[in-house]
Amino acid sequence: MNSRYEVVIGLEVHVQLTTKTKIFCGCSTEFGQGANSQTCPVCLGLPGALPVLNRQVVEDAIKAGLATNCQIAPRSIFARKNYFYPDLPKGYQISQFELPICEHGWLDIETEESGEKRLGITRIHMEEDAGKLLHNSDNSSSVDLNRACTPLLEVVSEPDMRSSDEAIAYLKQLHQIVVYLGICDGNLDEGSFRCDANVSIRPWGQQELGTRAELKNLNSFRFIKQAIEYEVERQIDLIDAGEKVVQETRLFDPDAGVSRSMRGKEEAHDYRYFPDPDLLPVDVSTEWIEQVRQGLPELPTVKLQRYQDEMGLTAYDAGVITSERSVAEYFESVVKFHDNPKLCANWVMGEVLGALKENKMEISDCPVTPELLAGVLIRIDDKTISGKIAKTVFEEIWQSGKTADQVIEANGLKQVSDSGAIEAIVDAVIAENPGQVAEYRGGKEKLMGFFVGQVMKASKGKANPGMANQLLKKKLAK
Amino acid sequence: MKFHDLSIQEMRQKLLAGETTSVELTQQCLQRIEATDDRLNAFITVCEEEALAAAAVADQQLASGNTPLLTGIPLAVKDIFNTLDVRTTCASKILDNYISPYDATAVAKLREQGAVIVGKLNMDEFAMGSSSENSAAGAVHNPWDLERVPGGSSGGSAAAVAAGQVVATLGTDTGGSVRQPASHCGVVGLKPTYGRVSRYGVIAYASSLDQVGPVAGNVADCALLLGAVAGYDPADSTSVDCPVPDYLETLDGGVVGKKIGLPKEYFIDGLDPDIKKAVDAAIETYRQLGAEIVSVSLPHTDYSVACYYLIAMAEASSNLARYDGVRFGNREDDGDGLIGMYQQTRSAGFGDEVKRRIMLGTYALSSGYYEAYYIKAQKVRTLIRQDFLNVFEQVDFLLTPIAPTPAFKIGEKVNDPLQMYLSDIFTIPTNLAGTCAMSLPCGFSGDDLPIGLQLIGKPFAEAEILQAAYAFEQATDWHQRVPEL
Repeated sequence: MNSRYEVVIGLEVHVQLTTKTKIFCGCSTEFGQGANSQTCPVCLGLPGALPVLNRQVVEDAIKAGLATNCQIAPRSIFARKNYFYPDLPKGYQISQFELPICEHGWLDIETEESGEKRLGITRIHMEEDAGKLLHNSDNSSSVDLNRACTPLLEVVSEPDMRSSDEAIAYLKQLHQIVVYLGICDGNLDEGSFRCDANVSIRPWGQQELGTRAELKNLNSFRFIKQAIEYEVERQIDLIDAGEKVVQETRLFDPDAGVSRSMRGKEEAHDYRYFPDPDLLPVDVSTEWIEQVRQGLPELPTVKLQRYQDEMGLTAYDAGVITSERSVAEYFESVVKFHDNPKLCANWVMGEVLGALKENKMEISDCPVTPELLAGVLIRIDDKTISGKIAKTVFEEIWQSGKTADQVIEANGLKQVSDSGAIEAIVDAVIAENPGQVAEYRGGKEKLMGFFVGQVMKASKGKANPGMANQLLKKKLAK
Repeated sequence: MKFHDLSIQEMRQKLLAGETTSVELTQQCLQRIEATDDRLNAFITVCEEEALAAAAVADQQLASGNTPLLTGIPLAVKDIFNTLDVRTTCASKILDNYISPYDATAVAKLREQGAVIVGKLNMDEFAMGSSSENSAAGAVHNPWDLERVPGGSSGGSAAAVAAGQVVATLGTDTGGSVRQPASHCGVVGLKPTYGRVSRYGVIAYASSLDQVGPVAGNVADCALLLGAVAGYDPADSTSVDCPVPDYLETLDGGVVGKKIGLPKEYFIDGLDPDIKKAVDAAIETYRQLGAEIVSVSLPHTDYSVACYYLIAMAEASSNLARYDGVRFGNREDDGDGLIGMYQQTRSAGFGDEVKRRIMLGTYALSSGYYEAYYIKAQKVRTLIRQDFLNVFEQVDFLLTPIAPTPAFKIGEKVNDPLQMYLSDIFTIPTNLAGTCAMSLPCGFSGDDLPIGLQLIGKPFAEAEILQAAYAFEQATDWHQRVPEL
């Protein structure tokens, strides 16, 4: 935190929706297809073509609005944003201006420095994306309009953030929400979740906002943090040198770690927004809103709290498991089959996520289904197998798809809980290690771990560790 | 048999009776165009080959029976309609060689009904004009007096019908662009209610005002053509999903007991005496046919022209942004960078009137002026619409002149755009209100120039005004006069 200046940040996030077709035509939105292969007269902006609204986009916008505590407008309006650029086929972008679909929302974030904090969301509106320019080696450019007319939500925050950490916390939460809602794939590299940051500084205590710079081209959380921090330093240096911050748009260069001016205020466009006469107002009934509300998944922040309050997970564990909706859903299925959330959480975070990472797989493709995993955990809790043997069982299930009981049976992994058998092993271990026995009896109780280990080793892992422990204690005390 | 004496329905009868073929009708049509169009310049493109091929297909269908109403009938459409494989220029240099990959919905509907499209009709560039002089393809001439304009912007659509080049056509009407040329050329033209006919594939001038309209030699053909193109289109969000009545079936219902309103704001002092005389006579005819005539008021009429031009130009400035030389149409590029390419392309591609409207519209939407111009105009538009809705609680339809004067001379108003804009004063309000209206012949001036009568109906009451127009047509013979060519 700077001692002299307060940092003020507002964010505009473009969320690319995962609808199958574009916002105003029936073309596919699939990424990575041949240039201009997914186009039609509408998204090419050909003379006479007219837009028709994809209702799914409205539904996704309502979902995003409800999940970010917004009010959903009963009537919103599409407007034309007029400017010339070769990636913009019609010479205007269909967006929303005066009456967006969602307004007055908020998100609660938590950072180390400022603790819990509520950040305002000014509005969320629907709009179409532009195409992509491809710069050729001969100094010419080509345009690919596959992306043109794909649906976006623009989420505009209030200038409520006071540090790059708050900005990142906000973005991560928003990102998590839209992915949870299933309306965005959240892929930052492919530009499915893009952010522009408005950054300014002002002396502490000043009400009036300082002149802001708008930072563009921020396509990872790390770059966003870097860019904001670079910008704050740049503005402080300017003011300290007696110069002024000018209102401008700056492009961040992640390789060099610096930003460069793209255009100043005097070059700013007058977009000449006006209601698009080709589209009717979007009317959203309260019934529709309620229907969408009923269908909303449990949101990550609510889950996080519930996992701690009702399941007794630590904040850290709950955080890891709720970080992705698919992981949380997997975890909840496991708990449904075996009601020991703590054990389930340990295994999901440990073995399951570990094995997935190692095999570069998604949890949706995990060969060990929640039911199969629960089968393993049940056998741990009823002491049929030890935790250690369970790991072997898990690996076997991953490979074969068999149930835990099948694996245990076939490999004779059942834990030995016969006190006679264990006692014999315990006696042997004590007899074989007289030195350690003497040390233990002399007060070095830490050695208990060593004895248990020896018993487990001798039993090939099958001895019930609890029983081994008890027997060892009893015998060593003599 | 003289082709251009026949109506669509007569052609249909002869085709069904085997007295003629679609190929024969199409050939006669093409010959008539060939013989007259050097004087009229009504066509931008004549597609002889495609038309004859379509006619041959139609003849096969006719032979197999049970064909739709327009099977084998040669028709033409304004060059504002996108037509698959035949160039669509919108009378602009910027679309000089533009070939659309799709048919406009209205054109597709004509084809589904079996119509043979013989060509694309001349017009004011991007439908901006009232005289069909603003065309990259040159001015259209009025068949009644070649020195005069046919009206606009659908001047080619009206002149072609009047000259018997083709039996009926489609035009578009944004501020009177079907009705005013129909009036100046002595034919029947109808502007349907906004949303009645799909705008999909019609090159946009002013999206909230544009509407497709039929032009024909008589009321029945006009009704028939409207029925062929009307109806909801999922590709046009502003088209309205309400049933299309059989306009022909109700045509002879008469006007007995109908209440006709004469809006006093349309009977102004400056009205041409010949026009006043013709319209007064038409009022008398309606009285004799059993209608009741009452005086009504549309108090915001005076603001219509200003309101219209603000809204139309604002929308046009945005609609025409896509002609940037990037993806289609003509490109001019001296290698002066992107902005240079835009400037050169648009400077060279658009005519003066189009540039004027783009600039005025851009200005009206600009930051600082938007509230004062565009928003104000929208508020006025609401008042004008309300005027009509109020009046329609008292009367069944309205009767007014179409234009303050008969067709003026070519070149007469070219250098006075304001005077030109005022020539649409009687037609503009209905576009702002979104309701339906039509023009039908009601007399001739001292110079033997046709005069049109306007009937304005309630929203979606096209059947009602067609019925009234038909009653008038039966009682008079103005529509039977044809120009000497």
